[in-house]
Amino acid sequence: MDSLIALWEWLGTNLIVLQILIKIVVIVAPLMLCVAYFTYAERKLIGYMQVRIGPNRVGPKGWLQPIADAVKLMFKEIVIPTKANKTLFLIAPLLTLGPALAAWAVFPFSDGLVLADLNAGLLYILALTSVGVYGVIIAGWASNSKYAFLGAMRSAAQIVAYEIAMGFALVGVLVAAGSLNLGEIVRAQQSDAGIFGWFWLPLFPLFLIYFISGVAETNRAPFDVAEGESEIVAGFHVEYSGMPFAVFFLGEYANMILISALTALLFMGGWLSPLPASWVDGVFLLGDGIHWLFLKTAFAGFFFLWFRATFPRYRYDQIMRLGWKVFIPITIVWILVVGLMVVYKFAWFS
Amino acid sequence: MTFEKFVFYLFAAILVFAATMVITRRNPVHSALFLVLAFFSSAGIWLLAEAEFLAIVLILVYVGAVMVLFLFVVMMLDIDLATLRAGFIKYMPVGLLVALVMAIEMFMVVGPSNFGLDKVPAPAAQGPSYNNTEELGNVLYTVYMYPFEIAAVILLVGIIAAIGLTMRKRPETKFQDPSVQVKVKKADRLRVVKMDAED
Repeated sequence: MDSLIALWEWLGTNLIVLQILIKIVVIVAPLMLCVAYFTYAERKLIGYMQVRIGPNRVGPKGWLQPIADAVKLMFKEIVIPTKANKTLFLIAPLLTLGPALAAWAVFPFSDGLVLADLNAGLLYILALTSVGVYGVIIAGWASNSKYAFLGAMRSAAQIVAYEIAMGFALVGVLVAAGSLNLGEIVRAQQSDAGIFGWFWLPLFPLFLIYFISGVAETNRAPFDVAEGESEIVAGFHVEYSGMPFAVFFLGEYANMILISALTALLFMGGWLSPLPASWVDGVFLLGDGIHWLFLKTAFAGFFFLWFRATFPRYRYDQIMRLGWKVFIPITIVWILVVGLMVVYKFAWFS
Repeated sequence: MTFEKFVFYLFAAILVFAATMVITRRNPVHSALFLVLAFFSSAGIWLLAEAEFLAIVLILVYVGAVMVLFLFVVMMLDIDLATLRAGFIKYMPVGLLVALVMAIEMFMVVGPSNFGLDKVPAPAAQGPSYNNTEELGNVLYTVYMYPFEIAAVILLVGIIAAIGLTMRKRPETKFQDPSVQVKVKKADRLRVVKMDAED
């Protein structure tokens, strides 16, 4: 009993820990709901694009489908292959989901609405997204299966290649904004030109390369050779079932939302309104606000689904060619161009 | 014990544990993964020392890139542990000697004679607005300009040498040039031949 009272008093004096925990729940719980309904949106949208209806049985218009999927996966048997490395096999899905959630710690949802206002926020995000590859590699190795291992090898080579292009695209943003702080980066895009003041215009090649590299980093179509169901069945997660598979699934979609949100933040002005500030300042819903960030994130997320419904899978050697021989040279040249624009205070940077 | 101290000892304990596991595990993949854990814990300790830029870059470069390639190679190797262990007893005295010399050297450099709060005063804690990254950049590109550029050139030489080593002509590979593939016209590949109907 005494220890409980001591704990209570300790909490009273250290309420900041409790506050942070509550804030984490406030960020992660809606995110998980978004992940669930992102899968539903994907199935519905791709369904319509292919002139099908998509899930429509569970609940009105199929709205309860993600819940039904979650319940189903929860009660499925967890099959662990013989001679698999049990610990690593079960840790791998967590290593995919963990970084995808941890990256939100420095994400500014609106002016000042951020859990940890880190000076080096951009670096932190880059570091965490690069750690995500371990889940795939470890899953492929620990499964003790040749298809899983092939998927892991493909994924490792691909992610290392595209991470460099992604990093260089972020260097361009850093040069343009003059700060590594994500909030500062959004504020640097604020001008009286509205949508034309955002970084997507002066950094247009970097914007495209960042987003495409993001698609490659999350192993989504048309870069989903790590899964490649027609060649290596399902790649790195072929041996997974039940909850561990569900965690992989959550990680993949959480990563997609993260990349979409980062694209919105770094290139599409985050919470800024697309209309010039002098027109709409303080006007309800038209002025700056968190709803713009959500809209932009949804816009970028839509492209992930659209790509999947549209493009066939890349051939592996062409993925490597695109990453190393096309994206990296373009980003290096454009960093130079951005540097010159900033030094000579060209249009956006005056 | 303050909270910082507790975190320091926690990370230090994990670091020592992980480093020990790196050299004692039989499976090289496990060793590589424990090395990743060691990098993470040292990044945590650097964060405590207010070196957030170095801590994040350690994760970004070593965990995010170097160790991925390391694992990539280690996973594909078929290491025969029996031959690796064959000469263990024979080489042990030499190994112990080298280890001893290294330990003595390290003791001379970071031992109590020139390390400690009386020799090097603790740096003052900086405020939350202090930007480690910016300070490092300012120093690197002004005071240490030449060493920095020389390091960059050495790295470039390393890159070119590594690529040069793998450059060899292999006539049997069927390399395709996508730009040529895209430019193909119907007339290049297809020829319609008029043929009389056979009777």
